[in-house]
Amino acid sequence: MGGGTGSGLGTFVLNVLEDEFPEVYRIVTSVYPSAEDDVITSPYNSVLAMRELTEHADCVLPIENQSLVDIVNKIKHMSHSGKLGAEIKQSSTIISGQGGVKGQEKPFDAMNNIVANMLLNLTSSARFEGSLNMDLNEITMNLVPFPNLHYLVSSLTPLYTLADVNVPSRRLDQMFSDAFSKDHQLIHSDPKHSLYLACALIVRGDVQVSDLRRNIERLKPSLPFVSWNQEGWKTGLCSVPPVGHSHSLLALANNTCVKPTFIELKDRFMKLYKKRAHLHHYLHVDGMEQSCFSEAFSSLSSLIEEYNQLDATKGLLMTDAQRLNIAV
Amino acid sequence: MYSVAFPSFCVHGPRHEEDIMDLVRREVEKCDRLGGFFNMMSMAGGTGSGMGTYITQCLRDTYPHSFILNQVTWPYGTGEVIVQNYNSVLTLSHLYQSSDAILVHENDTVHKICAQLMNIKQISFKDVNKVIAHQLGSVLQPAYTEGASEYNRNPLGDLMKSMVCHPEYKLLGLRNIPQMSETSLAYSVFTWPGLLKHLRQMLIANAKMEEGIDWQVRPPAGGLPPAEKGTHNKQLRFNTSLANLLILRGKDVQSADTGGFMDPALYTSWLPPGVASSTWRTPMSFNRYEKSATLVSNSQFLLKPLDGIVGKAWNMFASRAYVHQYTQFGISEEDFLDSFTALEQIIASYTHL
Repeated sequence: MGGGTGSGLGTFVLNVLEDEFPEVYRIVTSVYPSAEDDVITSPYNSVLAMRELTEHADCVLPIENQSLVDIVNKIKHMSHSGKLGAEIKQSSTIISGQGGVKGQEKPFDAMNNIVANMLLNLTSSARFEGSLNMDLNEITMNLVPFPNLHYLVSSLTPLYTLADVNVPSRRLDQMFSDAFSKDHQLIHSDPKHSLYLACALIVRGDVQVSDLRRNIERLKPSLPFVSWNQEGWKTGLCSVPPVGHSHSLLALANNTCVKPTFIELKDRFMKLYKKRAHLHHYLHVDGMEQSCFSEAFSSLSSLIEEYNQLDATKGLLMTDAQRLNIAV
Repeated sequence: MYSVAFPSFCVHGPRHEEDIMDLVRREVEKCDRLGGFFNMMSMAGGTGSGMGTYITQCLRDTYPHSFILNQVTWPYGTGEVIVQNYNSVLTLSHLYQSSDAILVHENDTVHKICAQLMNIKQISFKDVNKVIAHQLGSVLQPAYTEGASEYNRNPLGDLMKSMVCHPEYKLLGLRNIPQMSETSLAYSVFTWPGLLKHLRQMLIANAKMEEGIDWQVRPPAGGLPPAEKGTHNKQLRFNTSLANLLILRGKDVQSADTGGFMDPALYTSWLPPGVASSTWRTPMSFNRYEKSATLVSNSQFLLKPLDGIVGKAWNMFASRAYVHQYTQFGISEEDFLDSFTALEQIIASYTHL
């Protein structure tokens, strides 16, 4: 989102896809810029792109480089720590490109592999059989209660499996707990202290419906859900696990915790825009006008406001809506 | 998939209607005598609920005089599909118009049967489906209706005749005992009086399975005026019935005494006595159980779960969450309101039994 090609060409393609194939769902993974982005105009690019994403994408999975870096470091630390019995299977880590194109490992490969693995898990139900299949369109349908609020926090577990087969594999329940830990999220945010609008659990491997139900029951009390969606869980079971694992879990949460990310984006945008800094580069281009900027800004502001309104309901005791009265 | 159901209902259904109805017609033409249609579907997801409802409607339009029985699986209370309550409301309201009866299985109940009665540790959908298949088999396998000398030729028709006397009351529930693991079965002995006593109390106290039955609940004393009876029943959580069908399979079945189910106190006051209860029997044992008793009942037992589903759906609807997903496929807010109204009507009717 920070650079030009991604934010510009990427969202242009999004628009073209919408025109050509209006009935097909558009799910977008976007990398959001970190605070110390080396592209100075990244706030402009990001906010302009955000408007396109809000209006033309059906579902967005934001990713932050810093989270990917943290995960890579965690895995590297585990593999180099040399703790007895803690040796991990290299091919099983989510940063390995096992099964992909062989060759010199390029920079960013490890980080990109995480996102690739996330996408593989997302599409697993469409590619393999399972007892509870979940198509891509079901993701949009179930996780997007209001058209603009389609930004989902993703978290992946496990990050690796242990090589030593004598060590019992980490309990299945641990996998579910990890999915709700900040260490496994692909963006920095705090879902447990914000409001869940909906949550999807895409499970792969040797997991049965009873395991799923048990863990949902267990985790539910600690996760704040919006009043009208107290049991807002969407579940998918695919029988084929990823390479090197016996099971895996991708959790997608529609949670108001993305709001701070957007607010930060908005603030960084305003810092530059107030001074009209670097604006002339954009306005030289045919078709770009100042109104593009102000419209993009207001689109982002209304998005933040929508999240605010939902957050305001958090913790309030909501009375049930009055039911229809039928004459007997 | 009403979420994707409405695409199923509005888009995929019509698109595949011709092919599906063609296949059906071929099968129907092969029959000497069409007993009816038995549709099985889930209510929470998309294809089942959307497509299933659409097809039922097509069947009703094409075969207006045939019996249609819909077996519907109700989702886990804690959620399988986020919009399951919307899907359930839309499905049930539409099915009520085209189907003759709706036989309900609740995932939560079947799951508990697997866990507590069958002692299965890691329950899979295969286990759940096995229990449902067993329960359905116990109804649809051949049996003798009362006074008959031959096996029933028309189980669907007989079922409808016994169970659905009024178009406002179409929700049927199933209880089958005993249900236990192979190992327990080897050590158990069953008697008809024992089985029938349990089933009767399960009916009265609204127990969904043969465990944790509340033996305190009793039917109201005879002679109470209807209004007082209602309050009495509510206080004691007594489950009033409209119709009950007992299906007994196994050894010494002729000796089984089903008098307990003919007690008028079990039934709503506006029914003439004697019509509401029937029994089918066969000496053939069923699925490794020496004696097996099934109760199909049209009673208030689904009232609470139904009310729960409608309540949750209504709360969600009040905030209009997810409604845009449906309106883009042609289900308007008015359609939602119509469905809600239909279900509130059904809830009211069953409440005042």
